[in-house]
Amino acid sequence: MELKKRKQDIAGTISLSVVRLMFFFLVVVLILLLSKIFIEGVSVLSLNFLIDEPRNNMTEGGIGPAIFGTIAVTLLMVLFTVPLGVFSAIYLNEYAKDTFFTRIIRTSINNLAGVPSIVFGLFGLGFFILFIGKNLDNILETGLLFGQPALLWASATLAVLVLPIVIVSTLEALNSVPKSHRDASYGLGATKWQTIKNVVLPQARPGILTGTILAISRGAGETAPILFLGAAFFLPNLPVADLCIGDYCITIVNPTEQFMYLAYHIFIMATQSSNPTQTLPLQYGSTLVLIVLTFLLNITAIVFRYRFRKILGRL
Amino acid sequence: MEEKDFFSKSADSKYAKRIGKFTRVKESAIKFFFAVNGAMALIFIILIFIFLFKEGFKALEHIGLLDFLFFDRADASGIHQKVFEWYPTSEEARYSLVPLLLGTLLTAIPATIISTLLGVGTGIYLSEVANPKLKEFLKPAIELFAGIPTVVLGFIMLAVGASFFNDLLNPTNRLNAFVASIGLSFVIIPIIASLTEDALHSIPNDLRMASYGLGATKWQTVSRVILPAAFSGVSASIILGFGRAIGETMIVLMCAGNAANITADIFLSVRTMTATIAAEMGEVSQGSDHYYALFFIGIVLFTITFFLNLAAEIIISKMRKKNTF
Repeated sequence: MELKKRKQDIAGTISLSVVRLMFFFLVVVLILLLSKIFIEGVSVLSLNFLIDEPRNNMTEGGIGPAIFGTIAVTLLMVLFTVPLGVFSAIYLNEYAKDTFFTRIIRTSINNLAGVPSIVFGLFGLGFFILFIGKNLDNILETGLLFGQPALLWASATLAVLVLPIVIVSTLEALNSVPKSHRDASYGLGATKWQTIKNVVLPQARPGILTGTILAISRGAGETAPILFLGAAFFLPNLPVADLCIGDYCITIVNPTEQFMYLAYHIFIMATQSSNPTQTLPLQYGSTLVLIVLTFLLNITAIVFRYRFRKILGRL
Repeated sequence: MEEKDFFSKSADSKYAKRIGKFTRVKESAIKFFFAVNGAMALIFIILIFIFLFKEGFKALEHIGLLDFLFFDRADASGIHQKVFEWYPTSEEARYSLVPLLLGTLLTAIPATIISTLLGVGTGIYLSEVANPKLKEFLKPAIELFAGIPTVVLGFIMLAVGASFFNDLLNPTNRLNAFVASIGLSFVIIPIIASLTEDALHSIPNDLRMASYGLGATKWQTVSRVILPAAFSGVSASIILGFGRAIGETMIVLMCAGNAANITADIFLSVRTMTATIAAEMGEVSQGSDHYYALFFIGIVLFTITFFLNLAAEIIISKMRKKNTF
C-alpha cells in the first residue's frame, strides 16, 4: 500500500514536470526564434531602411512603400470595419433579445472568424472585384477602374476578415457597462438611442479602441487574402493621387491603384525574388519591422483592456 | 442576458406612449438601422457562400465531379488508367484533388498532434500548475504569441527551420510536409493552449477540493478529475486547431515545397489546397476551367472548416450550459 502510494507520487511528480518542461521548451524555442529575427534584423534597421524604396532590382534599399501601403490599407479597412462592427455589437447587446435569429448571428460571428484567410481572398475577388467593381464600372461608365485588383478592395476584404474581432471586443465592452447606468438614464427620461449615445457608448469607448487596435494588427499581418487583390511585387510610385478642388490640391491615397504591402513584401522577397540568399538581411529587417509593429499594437491593446477591466471592476 | 429583458418590448412601449410621435419614429428607425448592421456577420457568411458557389459550381459544368477525383487516361492500346494528378496547366488538364487533399492532411494532422501535446500541456500548466502571478503575465504572452503574423512564421521556418531539420533528419526534400507542420504548430499551439486553459479554468474548484479531500495527489486530480471533466472543451479546442491547420495558407505555401505528390511520407514535398489557390490564382485567366477549379477548391476548404468550426462551437456551447452550476 505504502509502496504503491509512493509510486503514484513519483509518477505524478514526473508527469507534472513533463508539463512544466513542455511549457519551458516552448518558451525557449520562441525566444530563440524571436532573438534570431531581432539580431539579424537589427543590423539592417535604420531610418533610411524604413523610408527608402527598394532599389537595384530589390536587392538594396528599404521598405518605405510597403510600410506606406500597409498603413493605407489598414486605415481604410478601419474606416469600413469599425462602424459596421460597432453597430452590429450595439444591435446584439442593446436591442436584440435571445432569439433563434440572434443565436444564428452569434454563431456566424464565430464562423466568420474561422473562415480560412485564402477563402477571403477568393471572396474578395468574386464579390468585391468581379461583382461590385465590374458593376460600378458599368454604371459609372468608368471603363476598367473599379473592376480590377486595387487597394480599395483589399481593404474591404480585410474589413470583413477582421469584423468578428471588432464585434467581439465591442460586445464585451458594452456588456460590461452596468445596467444601473442605463436605468438612471431611462429614469431621467432619455430614450433608448439617447441612452446608448450618451451613456453606454462613451463608457465602451476603450473597448472599441482595443478591438480596433487588434483589428489593425491582424489586418497588417495578413498576406493570403491580398495575394490577388492588388498587392504588387514592386511599384515605382506610391498609390497616391492629387485631389483638386479648384486651384487647391491635396495628395490623397488613390484607392483604385495597386499597392505594396509589408507582409506580402516579406513573402515575395523570401520566395519569388531572383536571389533570396543575397537579400536575406533585408528579409530579416522587414520581418523585424512587421513583428515589432504587431507586438506593439497587441501590447497596447492588452494594456488598454487590462486597465479598462480594472476601472470597470471598481464600479 | 437577463438584465436586458427588463427593457424588453412591454416596458419600452409603455413608456414610448409618453413621448412624441417623431421621437418614436426616429427610435424605431434607429433600431432598424442597427438591426441591419447587426446581421452583418450573417450576411457576409451568406455572401461568401453565394460567391464561392457561383464561381465554383461552374467548375462542375466544365470539368465534372468525377474529374476532381481522378483523370481517366486511355493509352494507345485502349487500356484505361486512373490518374490522380493535379496538373491543370497541361494540355491534357488533370484536376484530381486527391494529391491536394493528401497534402493538406499530411501537414494538418502532424501539426494537430504536435500542437495537442504541447498546447494541452501548456493549458494544464497555465490553469493548474503556474502560480497566479506568473499566470497573469503568461496569458497575455500567449495572446501575443498568437498574434505573430503567419508570414513571419513561414519566413522563419524557411530561413532557419528548414535548414535545421535538413541537417538533423536528412529528409528527402529540404522543404517538406514535416517542416510545414512544425510551422503550423506555432499557429495552433496558442489556440489550443488558451482554449484548454479556459476549459480547465471553468471546472468548479469544489471538484478539485473533493479530489484532494479523498487523498488524491495533484497529478491524480488533474489527470482523473479535471481533464475528464473538461474533456469536451479540450476536444473543441483541438477541433478548432485542426480547422485552422487546414485553412492556413502562408506557412504551407512557403515551407511545404509545393509539389503535388501522392504520398504518405512526411519528409516529401507536398502541395496543400490553400497553397494551390494562393500560388495559381494570380496567374490564371478569369473564366478558364482552371480558374473555376480553384474556386471549387475554395468551396471544399470553406465547407470543411465551416463544419469543423460548427462542431467545435456546438461542443463549447453545450459545455457552457453544463458548467453553469
